[in-house]
Amino acid sequence: MAVVQKSSQIDAPTDATSQTNWGEWFIEGVIKVAGISSIVIIGLIFLFLLREGLPAFLDIPLRQLFGTRWYPIEDAFGMAPLLAGSLIVTVGAVVIALPLGLTTAIYMGEIAPPWQREILKPIIEVLAGIPSIVLGFLGWIALAPLIQRLGAPTGLTAFTGSLILAYMSLPTIISIAEDALYAVPKEYRGGALAIGATQWQSIWRVVLPAARPGLVIAVMLGIGRAIGETMAVMMVTGNAANIPSLGSGIFFQPVRTMTATIAAEMGEVAQGSLHYSTLFAIGIVLFVISFAINWLAGRLVGMKGMRRSRRGGML
Amino acid sequence: MNNKIEVREFSFYYGAFQALKNLYLDIRENAITALIGPSGCGKSTFLRCLNRMNDTIRGTRAEGQVFFDGRDIYAPAVDVVELRQHIGMVFQRPNPFPQSIYDNVAFGPRVVGMAARRSELDRLVQESLEGAALWDEVKHRLRDSALDLNPGQQQRLCIARTIAVKPKVILMDEPCSALDPVATLSVEDLMRRLAQEYTIVIVTHNMQQAARASHYTGFFWLGELVEFNTTENLFSAPKAPLTEAYITGRRG
Ligand SMILES: Nc1ncnc2c1ncn2[C@@H]1O[C@H](COP(=O)(O)OP(=O)(O)O)[C@@H](O)[C@H]1O
Ligand SMILES: [Mg+2]
Repeated sequence: MAVVQKSSQIDAPTDATSQTNWGEWFIEGVIKVAGISSIVIIGLIFLFLLREGLPAFLDIPLRQLFGTRWYPIEDAFGMAPLLAGSLIVTVGAVVIALPLGLTTAIYMGEIAPPWQREILKPIIEVLAGIPSIVLGFLGWIALAPLIQRLGAPTGLTAFTGSLILAYMSLPTIISIAEDALYAVPKEYRGGALAIGATQWQSIWRVVLPAARPGLVIAVMLGIGRAIGETMAVMMVTGNAANIPSLGSGIFFQPVRTMTATIAAEMGEVAQGSLHYSTLFAIGIVLFVISFAINWLAGRLVGMKGMRRSRRGGML
Repeated sequence: MNNKIEVREFSFYYGAFQALKNLYLDIRENAITALIGPSGCGKSTFLRCLNRMNDTIRGTRAEGQVFFDGRDIYAPAVDVVELRQHIGMVFQRPNPFPQSIYDNVAFGPRVVGMAARRSELDRLVQESLEGAALWDEVKHRLRDSALDLNPGQQQRLCIARTIAVKPKVILMDEPCSALDPVATLSVEDLMRRLAQEYTIVIVTHNMQQAARASHYTGFFWLGELVEFNTTENLFSAPKAPLTEAYITGRRG
């Protein structure tokens, strides 16, 4: 700040100095307000969630609230099936999207010749822009029948949802991961090649470890997208609020996610009813989960050795 | 003394631009050969041609031959990865990997599969660090990040990393340009000691460094090798007027 002021004083003639400071004061103020307001808004959202959702936590015993039966008509508000549904769909999506996204990013950033990159990049940007409802629709009329033909009892399964979600989070993962790879200094690759490493060894042993903080962020943001997604998932997962039976078919049965439950039922509940506040309680749980994931990401990124690789990036 | 590398009729192109023009040059074994010349004359390009690092740049083309121990490294059957194990390279700016000191030195042996057992690897790392005159400074902190070292130490670490795969030739592209005078002298000392075991080719824009540290010197100008001689002769009695103008101009 002091440095900026000094240099502007040197550059500008004396009579313009006060004006420059004014401009700076104004811009700084705007930025400050914007920054603070986003924090305040998040705080307000959480307060609102708490106000609406807290009655559920107070009126329903926790054992019931996290019980295995979600059947609001009979006042059974057990969230476990919904938590399980979200978990299965998300884990499935991550398992699909993670290797696909990272390998695509590695291919685009490290291996593909420029002309291929120039084709791939805009395609992936277009992917990111497809509205989720369109993907849900495609999943419903194209993907679901396909999965049923593969032998699942129905095509509307957790796996169908995972595929759609993976597809939706791919652009995020790819573009952020590619940026992370791009930020790795070229000298590292040269250094590895110059002592007899193959290109793959240089990528695997030098570039990827150096890019790890960015790669973790890429994956986390991709997951974040997957967890929060509602409409597409609601359309293709079958929406059965049952605890999925464990076993090999776990991904191939209908499930219902937390987000889908809120979206589907919010329209029909009486404001202030127990059902209503339970839906908000689900929102609180989602909120807490996404905070936990962010925290975990922060921990992973800030881990020892990674900070060093960041510093290496500025070298 | 033997010729370790023989360059014949060698030209090099970046796309349509010819960066090196019909070079003939011999690099003697176990000697330090310095390449000098104004910026942009092709010194780095030439150096990168000696271990085919230019292959990684798109749209480049080489003509002619470079014989390493009698074999043309531009022949079709040559395994470039293996070639670079024999002809290693140290870069202008120290580029240790963002990993521990130990892992930096162990990188080469690991990727080329040199040391199967942990104890062998430990020994190789120690030898290489000793060879690069860095062991005493880092032996108690091998697990620390290489980025915690100062630039001079980092450059010696990069040299240790290079010699860990036991190359025959070490190419150095202005290895001291990012270092302070004290670190520069220590790297030069190191080069002289390494020359007993390795063949060294060093690019430098610093005439004193070439005069101090090398046995042979080549003077490049606009992609041509104007003059090549023992360092003593080239600096005391340059034959080409261009060489003379350059070295006196730079000195005075
Ligand atoms: N990657 C490249 N692509 C195109 N031209 C290059 C590239 N690298 C170097 N050159 C050109 O080749 C010539 C020699 O460059 P270089 O070998 O770096 O010179 P020096 O190391 O002697 O300063 C210069 O004219 C430079 O512009
Ligand atoms: Mg150069």
